[in-house]
Amino acid sequence: MIAHYGFEDGTGVFYITIDTGRCARCTQKGCKTGCPEGLFELEPDDEDMLVASIKAQARNAVKTACAACKPLEGRPKSLPCQKACGIEAITHSW
Amino acid sequence: MDYWRWTESVWKDPDAPDWRGGTVTAGVDIGSTSTQAVILLDGKLYAYANMRTGSNSPDSALDAMNRAMEGTGLTLEDLRFTVGTGYGRVNVPFADKSVTEITCHARGAHYLYGPTVRTILDMGGQDCKAIGCDAKGAVTSFMMNDKCAAGTGRGMEVIANLLAVPVEDIGPFSLSIEEEPEPVSSICVIFAKTAATNLMRVGWSREKVLAAYCLAMAIRVVRLLERNGVEEDFAITGGIAKNAGVARRIERLLGITALKTDLDTQIAGALGGALIAGDLLKKRQA
Repeated sequence: MIAHYGFEDGTGVFYITIDTGRCARCTQKGCKTGCPEGLFELEPDDEDMLVASIKAQARNAVKTACAACKPLEGRPKSLPCQKACGIEAITHSW
Repeated sequence: MDYWRWTESVWKDPDAPDWRGGTVTAGVDIGSTSTQAVILLDGKLYAYANMRTGSNSPDSALDAMNRAMEGTGLTLEDLRFTVGTGYGRVNVPFADKSVTEITCHARGAHYLYGPTVRTILDMGGQDCKAIGCDAKGAVTSFMMNDKCAAGTGRGMEVIANLLAVPVEDIGPFSLSIEEEPEPVSSICVIFAKTAATNLMRVGWSREKVLAAYCLAMAIRVVRLLERNGVEEDFAITGGIAKNAGVARRIERLLGITALKTDLDTQIAGALGGALIAGDLLKKRQA
């Protein structure tokens, strides 16, 4: 499943996308501790496999929560959550 | 007059056999605005109730289920497995398990519209969800917007009160105009009130203002749908599926005709919950 967490408003489109098909096969689940803001949590999917999701209370605030990892200049190729993931299951829309 | 007040519904299959001896499963969907209870008998739709959510989720769940069971002789003890879903899913006191509304809506839409449905737009009271699913009704992708009430049922209720048009007449009213207007510049519930008042002041009819509002709402949700991906067949669930003014405009923008059902489009989540309850019961018995 491709799960999009976030929102769109007048300032842009702010979604963190998780490929839960890939995520379910991951044994490390590094995202849970790899995000400096602690946005990720693990929850069972439809087949009761533990997959990553964005905490409900953070979904409408990803734009500000992720800001520290996205400097206007010198933004790293991979964000901390993507590095921690390791299986390329996490993408950001902005 | 409460122009926002929509019609609650209760349905029972007039041709259903006696439930005794069969397997009864149920689903309850507690949303921010409405609550539905669906009862299945041997996997087939037996009864449902759709009502406004009260101030207390457990009471709303119980009230909806009592309405669905009324006259059938069923009691809570006869429900072999119940799934709670929606915003208040953890507050269904008689549920055996809670399942996310995304999963339940996809499964419910699969039952309501058939296995060809691949894209579902659920327009709820305070959020909007674009869901992709496969031939079995399993979710393949989803995107949700619950940032604000604009483009949702609550937004429509506010406009109904503002323009003194019963919420169920907004669709036909908005389609009665001869020429489609530009969409209102903003569909934020707060700013839409200002925009609508200004348009009335410059001489727009209520019908034209409603058309502009419905079009703005359609544009907003189509953006959400397209971002998640649109694949035919396509269906709309939730309360706004009943608003032809929004539904027809979404179809026009997408160039796709949505699948139709004779059943209440608001029951998709609870129906999916009841179907999943059947699966879970089988698993437990295996």
